[in-house]
Amino acid sequence: MKFLSLLKQAPLSAQFGVLVITLYLIVVIFAPVLAPYGEREVLDSEYLPWGGEYLLGTDNLGRDMLSRLIYGARNTVGIALVTTIIAFVGGGLLGLVAAIMGGWVDQLLSRAIDVVMAIPALIFALLILTIVGTSTTSLIFVIAVLDSTRVFRLARSVAQTVVVMDYVEAAKARGEGLWWIIRKEVLPNVSAPLIAEFGLRFCFVFLFISALSFLGLGIQPPSADWGSMVRDNATLITFGDVTPLIPAAAIALLTVAINFVVDWALHRSSGLKD
Amino acid sequence: MKDSVTAENLLSMRGVKISAEIDGNWQDIVHGVDIDLKPGEVLGLIGESGAGKSTLGLAAMGYSRSGCKISEGAITFKGQRLDQMSEKQLQRLRGSKIAYVAQSAAASFNPAHKLIDQYCETPVQHNIASREHSELEAIALYRQLQLPNPESIGFRYPHQISGGQLQRAMTAMAMACKPDLIIFDEPTTALDVTTQIEVLSAIKEIVSTYNTAAIYITHDLAVVAQMADRIQVLKQGNTMEIASTEKMLSDPQHDYTKTLWAVREMSRTAKVLSDDYVVEVKNITATYPGNDLPVLKDVSFKVPRGQTTAVVGESGSGKSTTARVIMGLLQAQQGSVIFNQKTLHKNYRKRSKTELRNIQMIYQMADTALNPKQPIYEIIGRPLAFYQGIKGEENKRRVRELLTLIDLDPDIYYSRLPGELSGGQKQRVSIARALAAEAELIICDEVTSALDQVVAEGILKLLDRLQQEYNLSYLFITHDLATVRAIADQVIVMYQGKVVDQAPTEALFKPPYHPYTEKLLSSVPQMDSHWLDNLLLARANKENEKANEHN
Repeated sequence: MKFLSLLKQAPLSAQFGVLVITLYLIVVIFAPVLAPYGEREVLDSEYLPWGGEYLLGTDNLGRDMLSRLIYGARNTVGIALVTTIIAFVGGGLLGLVAAIMGGWVDQLLSRAIDVVMAIPALIFALLILTIVGTSTTSLIFVIAVLDSTRVFRLARSVAQTVVVMDYVEAAKARGEGLWWIIRKEVLPNVSAPLIAEFGLRFCFVFLFISALSFLGLGIQPPSADWGSMVRDNATLITFGDVTPLIPAAAIALLTVAINFVVDWALHRSSGLKD
Repeated sequence: MKDSVTAENLLSMRGVKISAEIDGNWQDIVHGVDIDLKPGEVLGLIGESGAGKSTLGLAAMGYSRSGCKISEGAITFKGQRLDQMSEKQLQRLRGSKIAYVAQSAAASFNPAHKLIDQYCETPVQHNIASREHSELEAIALYRQLQLPNPESIGFRYPHQISGGQLQRAMTAMAMACKPDLIIFDEPTTALDVTTQIEVLSAIKEIVSTYNTAAIYITHDLAVVAQMADRIQVLKQGNTMEIASTEKMLSDPQHDYTKTLWAVREMSRTAKVLSDDYVVEVKNITATYPGNDLPVLKDVSFKVPRGQTTAVVGESGSGKSTTARVIMGLLQAQQGSVIFNQKTLHKNYRKRSKTELRNIQMIYQMADTALNPKQPIYEIIGRPLAFYQGIKGEENKRRVRELLTLIDLDPDIYYSRLPGELSGGQKQRVSIARALAAEAELIICDEVTSALDQVVAEGILKLLDRLQQEYNLSYLFITHDLATVRAIADQVIVMYQGKVVDQAPTEALFKPPYHPYTEKLLSSVPQMDSHWLDNLLLARANKENEKANEHN
């Protein structure tokens, strides 16, 4: 209820963003109900045009494009969400610990993170995925680890401005443990930038997975996902058919929607009036 | 009083109303105030925070902060209506005809430019003087304001000189175009009493030399008494009283003005010092990590139980560092802290829960001492739960009790957030948090310096009452000697990391004085409009005598 009344005062862009995200969520949750055909069913001949039995035609193997698009939401968005959550819990927690403890703990963690960050993420991911194989679990963990470095840096730097506050010192002097200080004193005061970053990170992870899939190292066939759908049907573009652009547009729309909502959240937490 | 009484008004503000946007509604924060200023006259605007002093000061330049607007009234400066001017016309006036000196010089200077560059900016931009000419003028003004090394000080960056010097450099900057009017917005509030004198005498000298009119905004009556020809008392956007300084001091008419006067008179009869000590600090020498210079040098003193020990000194004298050493937040190189005849570990992490509970601290800035995301019941309830394991309904009951004790209605404030309280109320919550721990010693670090006099008086009275009820011992850190007189039984004077004087309160305020204590005492502005002149005269004479003796 509180969220709805907040939403009423929100700018149009944020309302649009929330609407789009809600629609995506519905698609993700009710994919089997909404999709007219199965995810992996080969139904007809390849590259059928739009309309008729298959609303968006069929793909390079003769599977229903619309159904794959719907299931693709489940795979791509689901995996991206899990990855981002892991990256945030891991990187965020370590960042807060580094800021609160300071000293050698901070040095050790920060320098280790620097080493990981020094290697370009995409190349590093390609390397590790080639070594450990491209199962969904390894995909999630590799991207989560790479992404947590950015989260660590942000969490550490925003927490450092909070850690010097008198109320944190008062809690330390009271004898509170590390976990209490993280959870009760620091986290509530850094949550706004972290939530905003969560939205952005989610977009990046999402794009990263799509990029990996496009390169053939992401979500493996026959699972549907938007990145590989673009790649598999790319030839159609040469014939003036826009079908391969639809999964790309699905990625773009969600990215834009999330950014609208994040902007709104940032704006609210910064307390600016105009 | 100057003899320009008959002259035309330099500035006249008639029925000025200023409104601010609060939650989307425009509300008046200044309700129709008149201000008149003759050329060369100094008008003191006084009042507590929220009285609209600064807002009016800015309005005198035709300016309003973002989120505010001048909604009604006429502002006439040298026959021109500022409130009807375009932003461009105003810009031409500001800096050249009207100048402004802000409270915090450190925050108002651009840290990336040298002082003299910032000085020359205005005259060059207004085409009043060339760069070379204004540099020479700057050096002359620096000399007149008695800044050290006037030829070279301008080529330093703001962070390289002290706060008092910065404030004088800013006054010089305001004088750059020889304006007709300068607005001083609390220029000495952030300074120590000893530095304050330098700035006050510099301002006074400049204003009288160039016969500049000034509006002097402050909440400190004794300061305004030195500076102003006339005083206007404001409260919540209304004028309470206007009178010449002499008349205002000797015979205030309005009840509100009288209460402001009364606050300064607060004092109490100090108790005879007990020889039962709660804390004993022995030969502490401490440095901050990564810095070899000791901040504390061989500091020793005792805090008697159930009484108040005040630690006074300028900023940088090591008062707060002493508190941090006692708390165990900073580890001393040498010396020990003895609590109830037992030596405490230097590091708070190694102290027992009871030891931690027994020493609590109240901070200067209640804004940063209370977690903005925790409601009041959690802030006060946590020490109860943490130290005594009081949870659930009992915790709720105790928090309500404590709120009642600090004169906050539990029904209203129980679940509020710190952001929804006033400065004084926040400080009360900090006190309640220390009480909840049932501490024996409470360290109060400048707890009233950020508060208005009337509010500060309430806090001091509350602390006094709590001391009597619970036999609390206070270590009261302050730079304000009026506060010391109001609350302390024993005074420790610190200077550059050393204890230079230590005496029961009554003895300290009576001769014979320690030389530094005497300087400190004599630097506190008195409610006498000739105090500053007399003091400077006396000090100059002393210097001369010394020089003569040498010869």
